[in-house]
Amino acid sequence: MSRAPSVVVLDHGSGNVRSAVRALARAGAEVSLSADPARAQAAGGLVVPGVGAFASVMAAMGAVHGARVVERRLAGGRPVLGICVGMQVLFAEGAEHGVVTPGMGQWPGRVERLQAPIVPHMGWNTVDPAVGSRMFAGVGAERFYFVHSYACRHWGLSPSEQLAAPPVTWTSYGDGRFVSAVENGPLWATQFHPEKSGDAGATLLRNWLATL
Amino acid sequence: MRVIPCLDVRAGRVVKGVNFVDLRDAGDPVEMAAVYDAEGADELCFLDITASSDDRETTYDMVSRTAEQVFIPLTVGGGVRGTGDVERLLRAGADKVAMVTAAVERPRVIAEVAERFGSQVLVLSIDARRSDTQPSGFEVTTHGGRRSAGLDLLAWAAQGCALGAGEILLNSMDADGTKAGFDVEMVAAVRAVCPVPLIASGGAGAPEHFGPAVGAGADAVLAASVFHFGELRIGDVKRVLAGEGHPVR
Repeated sequence: MSRAPSVVVLDHGSGNVRSAVRALARAGAEVSLSADPARAQAAGGLVVPGVGAFASVMAAMGAVHGARVVERRLAGGRPVLGICVGMQVLFAEGAEHGVVTPGMGQWPGRVERLQAPIVPHMGWNTVDPAVGSRMFAGVGAERFYFVHSYACRHWGLSPSEQLAAPPVTWTSYGDGRFVSAVENGPLWATQFHPEKSGDAGATLLRNWLATL
Repeated sequence: MRVIPCLDVRAGRVVKGVNFVDLRDAGDPVEMAAVYDAEGADELCFLDITASSDDRETTYDMVSRTAEQVFIPLTVGGGVRGTGDVERLLRAGADKVAMVTAAVERPRVIAEVAERFGSQVLVLSIDARRSDTQPSGFEVTTHGGRRSAGLDLLAWAAQGCALGAGEILLNSMDADGTKAGFDVEMVAAVRAVCPVPLIASGGAGAPEHFGPAVGAGADAVLAASVFHFGELRIGDVKRVLAGEGHPVR
């Protein structure tokens, strides 16, 4: 008999986390919202949500030992899914209003303001899934819901002899493109909100739960 | 291009009148939200139009019941005074919060909300109408269009964006309830001063009315009663928009 995968949504005080909990439950997980590092460590999957400013999400993560939990999980190959600013803080640094804040540094690169006439980027946009993506399996040409003013616009991790390049998915907005999803071993992340992306988002969450 | 049905709610029930008076009661907001989601709505908006403190708990309950079963963005407005109200609505399951009167009375609250929760949660809702008392020819109103705020629409929209509003919801009181089309002149005027997403509201009566609002610079279009009473279907509006070359979901 297969049990529902257990997921903890890290409760570091960020905006609307109820929707992430509900969407994951709908996708078949047994979900709880918690700031307890032991529970976040023990769960089958950990979701790191986040809205608002890079610096304030990093500060909130610090208050719940979020970076340490994420690092320990990844060292053990245990899945983590970052959403929106929960994805942004995985990069090396974030630049907002001229202030650069260190991130968790799982990937090189800087999160910076979008270059577009209208910011925030708000609404349903398409993605250009990476070749071999498991995250977008079964999704097709559907759109996902974005709401953000910052993003990583230059992916800095090159493939080498020792390291396969992780599948990186891009989205175009304004005068350029940005990283809209990454699948890096046990570490997945989306700049958009799968929990707010209707059926397409539900498919993506089920794809993630299948990796737990 | 987003199509947003708006549910005007009082004490947990959906209402809508012509030019904000003469309210008609017609439906459970949670059920309506699920119907709109199934029809392809890109977001949902609840405006609690007669929010008294007694009704607040009803509103939180309605928001959380909606968020239980609808997985598209939800904006809630009406009677939102400050960061405490915003936090409770976000915790209940709202993604964005719309402010009208409180922002006019104390503009600094826009910055307070944006600093605490991020610009993306704050929709500055503006009810405006033509008036030769203001330089742009448009003035801001409060209390559902019953009072002049003594502010110029374009100056207020620009100030709201500068203070940290993440989106502007522009409701033309001149067009509201007429079903004669969106107020493209007003939309274009605000677009020119506003670097954040702009939602056009007021005046929708036919699927063909939405394209001109987008052409005037709206990033999203909102309507209430025409969707609520089934005069327009969201799918029809999106088909017409797509046929005109506007990207829709």
